[in-house]
Amino acid sequence: MSIATQLIRGRRPKLDPANPPPRRRRRGAPARPVWEEPPSPIGQGLKGVVLTAMVLAVLFPMWTVLVTSLASRETINATGGMVVVPREIDLSAYVNIFSGGQISRAVWVSTLVTVVGTTVSLVLTVLAAYGMSRRDSVAHRPLLFLFLLTFLIYPGMVPSYLVVTGLGLKNSLWALILPTAISVFNLVVIRAFFMNVPGELVDAARIDGAGEFRILWQIMLPLSRAVIAVVGLFYAVGYWNAYFNSVLYIDDNDKWPIQRVLQSYILAGQSPSVTGAPVNIPGVTAYPPTLAVKMAVVVITVLPAIIIFPFVQRHFTKGVITGAVKG
Amino acid sequence: MTSTDTSVTAGSGDHRGRRPPLRARLRRDWPLLAMAAPAALLLVVFHYLPTVGNVIAFQDYNPWVGDNAFEAFIYSEWIGFGNFETLFRDPAFWDAVRNTLTITAFQLVFFFPLPILLAILLHSILSGRIRGIIQSVVYLPHFFSWVLVVTFFMQMLGGAGLLAQRMREAGLQPMSIMSNPDTFIVLVTAESVWKDVGWGAIIFLAALSAIDQNLYEAAAADGAGRWRRLWHITLPGLRPVIVLLLILRLGDALSVGFEQFILQREAVGRQAAEVLDTYVYYQAIIPQQWGMGAAAGLFKGVIGLVLIIAANKFAHRIGEQGVYSR
Repeated sequence: MSIATQLIRGRRPKLDPANPPPRRRRRGAPARPVWEEPPSPIGQGLKGVVLTAMVLAVLFPMWTVLVTSLASRETINATGGMVVVPREIDLSAYVNIFSGGQISRAVWVSTLVTVVGTTVSLVLTVLAAYGMSRRDSVAHRPLLFLFLLTFLIYPGMVPSYLVVTGLGLKNSLWALILPTAISVFNLVVIRAFFMNVPGELVDAARIDGAGEFRILWQIMLPLSRAVIAVVGLFYAVGYWNAYFNSVLYIDDNDKWPIQRVLQSYILAGQSPSVTGAPVNIPGVTAYPPTLAVKMAVVVITVLPAIIIFPFVQRHFTKGVITGAVKG
Repeated sequence: MTSTDTSVTAGSGDHRGRRPPLRARLRRDWPLLAMAAPAALLLVVFHYLPTVGNVIAFQDYNPWVGDNAFEAFIYSEWIGFGNFETLFRDPAFWDAVRNTLTITAFQLVFFFPLPILLAILLHSILSGRIRGIIQSVVYLPHFFSWVLVVTFFMQMLGGAGLLAQRMREAGLQPMSIMSNPDTFIVLVTAESVWKDVGWGAIIFLAALSAIDQNLYEAAAADGAGRWRRLWHITLPGLRPVIVLLLILRLGDALSVGFEQFILQREAVGRQAAEVLDTYVYYQAIIPQQWGMGAAAGLFKGVIGLVLIIAANKFAHRIGEQGVYSR
């Protein structure tokens, strides 16, 4: 049975049903099997070099951006641009950004869209996933088919644009939320989890007089907190990162999300309408250097992903594999 | 996929044969239907309605002939394949198609294998803690937006970036990797690798941990060395997943991503960076050439569908399961 078929039938796919994956090794336990030959020093060395290079390739740019955003005018001038070695911590760029103006507004817009969007998406996705998780319910297969078919059909940018604007969503923040509110992929993941909950639990609840909403709320949700957290992170990151829909639908730059500001300000090099007021804090440079402000915007744009990431990351392998198999 | 009831429960076998009548089941299940309804409604409005809306590819669509979008669609003139003729006669369209296919092919060769290699490499790390740290770090960029990824690359490799800075200091002629159309394809592939190689490895890691350890032991007992075990056990173990992802990738051959290209189109020029999606945006949405844009979108959608079905057929022929069975 193909993986997709397993998903459609609501089973949690196993890559090889005959051999379930072995239990994870305990941390620090001796792991190399006796029959395996000891590693060659050259191989080990190469492996170390490659992996270190990869980790650095990810962390180094983030480090320089952070350090530059905290650098003073003198440091930036001395190094001729991006700063690698920190000399001092100068928060004036951040003070400048948050003292009002376009960037503050964009941060607010993005936060709003992310919070409202994630809530809407999670509620609708969880409801739909539960609604289609009963194997023998009415119309459950045609409904599922309706959802899964979207994987194969590409509706096209122009008709989508016409529908969204035709609904009067142009320049409305809902245009950043509604068209992308449902991710069928996430829905399939949650549904697979619901279907894995033992039917006896549901039956018992029903005998005690619980309705479907109550079963969902008091049985399903508490049992699938991990996967819902992961899916919530996916949705939140999606909304926070939304750029293209704002290009299509938001002309009014008071409603620009942060990604749009980042693009116009840093990639296209236009200057944002910041307050323009000098920062009046004792001991802080009057006008923060432009590059530091730019890098501060980058830091702010990255930040939410990095803050949430560690909390949800441990659920990845458990939560995502279920759906990731689908691709 | 039409569901006669027996076929649905054939596997589970509980209610087989004696099912309550439809009306009773409706009365029992209506809360479930109500729960699925809002999401289904959103899909119908924002996915299926535009899909149907593709008929304007055969119209000289004029948004102003009626009072609203729907009336405009009713009153617009039908022109058959006129839009497709205009489209296919536009050399810029074929440039975009060529760019898209070149980038897809390039990424297939230089990006697709990397997550597999990375997964094998990560899998070979015995210390769970070190592996966990590395995994976290390489997953991270997947959660960055394209705007951020391009910004990071620009600050490192662009004309005002760190590399150019250092080269200027060393008395060399600084170069901007970000605005060179000749190496653009390498640049976008490098960006994709930076963003997604770790994330792409997750699924292969899962497949790796599902391979039976006894196979390795048996092979080792038979005298197979490390590389032979890799070749005869690990790779065959990964094969179904590789084929599956390859099919999905082929189905997306005409969509290489939109944001990455629109963000960099200015810097390297249309010649190198125009892909199908940006073509639709610049040639149809901005100048409001709705009919032609819909034609281009339809072209892309249909080819994509054909490709994925064909690739799946092929997978079945060589004995793999593919995305869907049958």
